[in-house]
Amino acid sequence: MQTAVIVFPASNCDRDAAVALKKVTGRDPLLIWHRDTSIPGDVRFVVIPGGFSYGDYLRSGAIAARSPIIRDLVARAGTGLPVAGFCNGFQILTETGLLPGALLRNRGLKFVCRAQTLAVTNIESRYTSAYAGMDHVTFPVAHHDGNYFADDGTLNRLEQEGRVLFRYVGNPNGSARDIAGICNGAGNVFGMMPHPERAVDPLHGGTDGLGLFTSIVESL
Amino acid sequence: MPDPEITPDTIAEHGLSEDEYQVILERLGRAPNLIELGIFSAMWSEHCSYKSSRRHLQKFLTAGARVIQGPGENAGVIDIDDGDAAIFKMESHNHPSCIEPYQGAATGVGGILRDVFTMGARPVALMNALRFGAPDNHGTKSLIDGVVAGIAGYGNCVGVPTVGGETNFHPGYNGNILVNVMCVGLARTDNIFYCAARGVGNPVFYVGSRTGRDGIHGATMASAGFDGDGGEKRPTVQVGDPFTGKLLMEACLELMATDAIIAIQDMGAAGLTSSSVEMANKGGVGIELNLDHVPQRDRNMTAYEMMLSESQERMLMVIRPGREQLALDIFQKWELDAASIGQTTDTGRMVLVHHGKTVCDIPVAPLAGDAPDYDRPRASTKKRVPLPVADVPEPRDYRDALLRIMGCPDIASRRWIWEQYDRHVMADTIDSSQSGGDAAVIRIHNTHKAIAITTDVTPRYCHADPYEGGKQAVAETWRNLSAVGADPIAITNCLNFGNPEQPEIMGQFVGCIEGMNAACRVFDYPVVSGNVSLYNETDGAAIPPTPAVGGIGLIRDLSRRGTISGAEEGDTLIMIGETTGRLGSSVYLLRIMGREDGAPPPVDLESEKINGDYVRQLIRNRRVNAVHDCSDGGLIVAACEMALAANTGVALNPVGPGPHHGWLFGEDQGRYLLATAARSVNPVISTARDLGIKACSIGTFGGTGVSCGDILEVSLAELRTAHEDWLPDFMES
Repeated sequence: MQTAVIVFPASNCDRDAAVALKKVTGRDPLLIWHRDTSIPGDVRFVVIPGGFSYGDYLRSGAIAARSPIIRDLVARAGTGLPVAGFCNGFQILTETGLLPGALLRNRGLKFVCRAQTLAVTNIESRYTSAYAGMDHVTFPVAHHDGNYFADDGTLNRLEQEGRVLFRYVGNPNGSARDIAGICNGAGNVFGMMPHPERAVDPLHGGTDGLGLFTSIVESL
Repeated sequence: MPDPEITPDTIAEHGLSEDEYQVILERLGRAPNLIELGIFSAMWSEHCSYKSSRRHLQKFLTAGARVIQGPGENAGVIDIDDGDAAIFKMESHNHPSCIEPYQGAATGVGGILRDVFTMGARPVALMNALRFGAPDNHGTKSLIDGVVAGIAGYGNCVGVPTVGGETNFHPGYNGNILVNVMCVGLARTDNIFYCAARGVGNPVFYVGSRTGRDGIHGATMASAGFDGDGGEKRPTVQVGDPFTGKLLMEACLELMATDAIIAIQDMGAAGLTSSSVEMANKGGVGIELNLDHVPQRDRNMTAYEMMLSESQERMLMVIRPGREQLALDIFQKWELDAASIGQTTDTGRMVLVHHGKTVCDIPVAPLAGDAPDYDRPRASTKKRVPLPVADVPEPRDYRDALLRIMGCPDIASRRWIWEQYDRHVMADTIDSSQSGGDAAVIRIHNTHKAIAITTDVTPRYCHADPYEGGKQAVAETWRNLSAVGADPIAITNCLNFGNPEQPEIMGQFVGCIEGMNAACRVFDYPVVSGNVSLYNETDGAAIPPTPAVGGIGLIRDLSRRGTISGAEEGDTLIMIGETTGRLGSSVYLLRIMGREDGAPPPVDLESEKINGDYVRQLIRNRRVNAVHDCSDGGLIVAACEMALAANTGVALNPVGPGPHHGWLFGEDQGRYLLATAARSVNPVISTARDLGIKACSIGTFGGTGVSCGDILEVSLAELRTAHEDWLPDFMES
């Protein structure tokens, strides 16, 4: 199955995402440069990787969300193409409007990098089905701007519609309602601050991240 | 603008002595103009020329079977089998960090990254060795805050994991903190890049950030002491842009995959001056630059400013004729400014043209080759007498002493620092600060092998006895690498000292080098790169001698490595090495008795070597569940660290009737603690004894606390609180 990773100038988890995708699909993902204008038709799943796309200048993800590739990404996501953003990828997805809310500076004001326990709050989604029977997973977090914010109406709607897929156990950044990862209404676009792609190998200290990739790939 | 006259004041302001100026007159056969004087002053600064240290650095063992490139290039290169090379270096950014901690530390990281990728390596790990003043000194807290944020700000953005390091606090650094950063990169042995320019008429390209007025004369600033008013020097501090640093790294690595680059050099200290002189000098060619083509941040920059600016994120390269467009296309892809600003020549001269006028025309060779080389007078540090255990009081309460030591500034957890560093970007970090282990372990992508990295020095020991302290710094890196099962290969270093014009300081410097070198030779553990930082003093008070050492080792099979955390309930705790109870210059003496006297523990290099060789063999044969070296705080601290890492208690057997403080807190060198399953205990101990290695069973893992007979008993929870809370509480106080 063909997957793809979008690469921005200062993406830095693009290789990590590619390794995880290859592990699950058996095939190297396409690396799509942000200045390209279209995502090839045979791509079935797109990852927007972590990093500092444009050095976090202006706002994390704000400049990347205006890159040439984004127009096609938004269009294809609108027709159901699964798109997942991790860390900076999540920030970019909120800046494009594909996901609601925004990621503010961490409440503690400092960059935080630690192994983070997450509660899997909805195992019915296309990104979490493999976690059936697992209440908790551990993924690394590594971010400065991971404090999820949205107005109460949005937060209520996310909860009512089962779109909060992961919550922090021990909130590292001040995120509203401990939200760590959310999806869009159609369930094909997903974003989270933690890094599932850094938990796919026993030598990473755990393989909890694999389930996320197998869930979405098996849903296709 | 008329050329200003060179007065004695101008010469002094450039940090040049009268004698040095006379040499310039001789070499040129005329007086230099201001630009030429500025170029000589930068190249002959302590920072660039190593004029006080050069002759002593030459004593180091620098050759070895795995050495591909020793000192003298941007970084050292070692062979790590299968066509892989590790490229690494450590560098100081002390003076800038004292003045402006965030930018000083950030640009330190940027600079060391460039040193490594300039040679063709993709950086895979960053380390840092930090020394701050006493916690209660005014400003310590804000310096820690700024330095850590600066390191995090640069490394995290560039996407290279910061995987380990060390932090000390001592009043000796009150006016002059130390920020040493290390970078390790990986390359293929057949694709390493050097700075020597070749050929005549080849284009010289400038790539990266535009040149601004920042950091002018940074190298000269870093070659003088502080007078307590560092604020005035703020304009000499450079400003980092990690985003551009990342683009520059990716662009260079992409270009290095082609055949376009003949030579490449980053613009670090003394910017365009030192990079162009180095390239020309190493290649034995001349260089001609047209400064009108230099990308500039500001209109009306003078030639003097352009040549001495230390604007960050800039590279100079000699491009193969015919490949110019290929290079420009790659730079454009990465949105970088790039320009051809000159060419190599056969004149052996450095010629600069600005606004159609030749503004500098000087021979290259004297700039590099004729830099002063001083044999400064030195006075040896007076030897201290060893401190007998009987002369050191026992603690009133062992339990209380242990908790105080676990939570003292020297030993307490550095979590507050390393949680701000992205330790696992690139997804090849196997072990890092997070575990509290002895060395960071980074997998070589797509393989089962790894490199191990550590940085060490114990300034208390170096201050007490430079020679023994120098030996110990090297030995501790060697021990830390051995403790994770890595074969130690080579070191880099960063030699931080006071004013070399003072004989006592020069005595410390030479003493440390000789001690380090003695250890390097016994371990066959060469120095492949390094950096010297002198004039670390404020108002005449020098820092403690601090020769930081960065060691690299190779783990051939990641399934056979050592960790601090693997102890299991029921495992036996085995001590390798001899304990006599050395309390001189120990953490116990400092933190419990408030004293810093006594000779430091001596390092017996021969037993250090056989002990380490044996521990690595045990790890490889899967005879041990956990390993930890014994260092600051002695065996009880090491045992507590293993217990905390495994979340399993440990009961130590008391030895003899006491007193016990020498046994528990003594800092005898060459020791390791092992956690060994019952069936392996006898073979581990008997084989050790056959090899002439001291080994004995000293306790058993299990339970929820650490105890030693009826001398002390403390729960893991209390230990953890004492260990974890000090730094965050201090930073938030």
